[in-house]
Amino acid sequence: MSGTSAALSYTRYELLRTVRNKRFFIFSLVFPLLLYFSIAASHRTVKVEGVTFPLYYMTGMVSWGTMAALMAGGARIALERSAGWTRQMRITPLSTWAYFGAKIASGYMMASVSIVLLYLAGIFLGVHLSAQGWLIMTGLILVGLIPFALLGIVLGHLLSADSIGPALGGGTSVLALLGGSFGPLATSGTLQKVLEYVPSYWLVQAGRSALAGHAWPLRGWIIMAVWTAALARLAVRVYQRDTARS
Amino acid sequence: MDDGVALAGLAKSFGDVKAVRGIDVEIPPGEVVALLGPNGAGKTTTIDMILGLQRPDSGRISVFGMTPQDAVRAGRVGGMLQTGALIGELSVRELITMVAKLYPKPLDVEHVLQVTHVHDIADRRANKLSGGQSQRVRFAVALVSNPDLLVLDEPTVALDVESRRDFWVAMRSAAVTGKTVLFATHYLEEADEFADRIILMARGKIVADGPATEIKSKVGSRTIRATLPGADLARLEGLPGVTAVDSRGESIVLSCNDSDRALRKLLEEYPEAQDIEVRGAGLEEAFLLLTGDHEAQPGGVG
Repeated sequence: MSGTSAALSYTRYELLRTVRNKRFFIFSLVFPLLLYFSIAASHRTVKVEGVTFPLYYMTGMVSWGTMAALMAGGARIALERSAGWTRQMRITPLSTWAYFGAKIASGYMMASVSIVLLYLAGIFLGVHLSAQGWLIMTGLILVGLIPFALLGIVLGHLLSADSIGPALGGGTSVLALLGGSFGPLATSGTLQKVLEYVPSYWLVQAGRSALAGHAWPLRGWIIMAVWTAALARLAVRVYQRDTARS
Repeated sequence: MDDGVALAGLAKSFGDVKAVRGIDVEIPPGEVVALLGPNGAGKTTTIDMILGLQRPDSGRISVFGMTPQDAVRAGRVGGMLQTGALIGELSVRELITMVAKLYPKPLDVEHVLQVTHVHDIADRRANKLSGGQSQRVRFAVALVSNPDLLVLDEPTVALDVESRRDFWVAMRSAAVTGKTVLFATHYLEEADEFADRIILMARGKIVADGPATEIKSKVGSRTIRATLPGADLARLEGLPGVTAVDSRGESIVLSCNDSDRALRKLLEEYPEAQDIEVRGAGLEEAFLLLTGDHEAQPGGVG
């Protein structure tokens, strides 16, 4: 059997495990949907930063739910490390890349479900975008999730099984809050300038980009690229440290 | 041609602790070898290095002519690690199937479920099992990979006597013929019963290496203790089956290679002997006996 088919087969089981994990559904699907309906429904006509509230809040909730999904994918490594299962996987022919790839793929799968459900909820509350707008928004969200997938892997190696749950819940909420998932913390001034450096800010901005019909400004791309490069480097480092010690 | 497993001058330290202090081993393909030693002997570290989980500080490892990492990647190595829980969200059958799919020539999953006695728990979630059940599943995980080299790190540790026997029955029926098997244990009986060859480790070194029967006769000694004031030690040493004599106050300690004969003769000649106690020497004691000191040469006794 080739390495590719082993990797695909492993990914399939990873997805199966993700789907069976109930806690996962609650954080990345149920909470954002509930919050979306309870808040956006009563503010349909309000505008935030030039965007209708249901659209702004839709991208906000999408960013929150998908961030949780992607980070949880990598963070599952913490549980498997604590259990000693990662060592067992390391003595199989499955490559390290395939192992991490499966975690990221399952995160993206959950994120996709979250995106689709919240889009439907948004349409239900009157969100209207051109086909191009939907595409741009979806594309930006998918790209913007890369740093969070890497962050999940980093946390998965740094934290224990006991602390990963609270760290993930808290971390996701803080990132969502700073990024403006629950509403912008600042629309101008120094605070807003600082918040632009938070990666989740650009996830939330996907909605505004969709309305304007173009992707992030260059500043956004650079900030996201730097986060991705830094977290990728960190992920490799924590992995190497972990395997050298174990 | 495949060379089996070869370790040359292998050493590994963790900080100040010298876990493995320069060992040389050659295991031809198809041999079943027991790595016997007390806790802290360096068995697990040695196994981890053979599996590519630890990098040696010095020395070389060759597994079928490859590095451990390459042998693992080629699917030629399967292992049961000493510690490790199973992941959740999958049934036992799904978990074993998942592992099977990672290997080039796995065994039939249903067959493995049968021989490892996990068939009755195959539909249970893998992380909701008792210690013994989970140990059987971990064995099934190692077995299904159908590797050329099967490595088991204390596969029966923490199992009761009955489960231990069940494990070896499963091992025997698991068609491991032709495979190179290396297992760590601190039970001499296990090593003697299942292995062709026993490598005895203590304090990071190999203290004996040879056919199982030979090592057993060396390690399998017993001691007789008795209260016997004023005994003639030289005469005691002359008793049949006795190899060494020691006295501690009023009590004597006889090291024996045949404790039955020694005890009969002892009672015949010293009917006044009291508080008689016959004990199998612990492995640690046996090693001290074998090595004499801490600085025995690797393989020097075997």
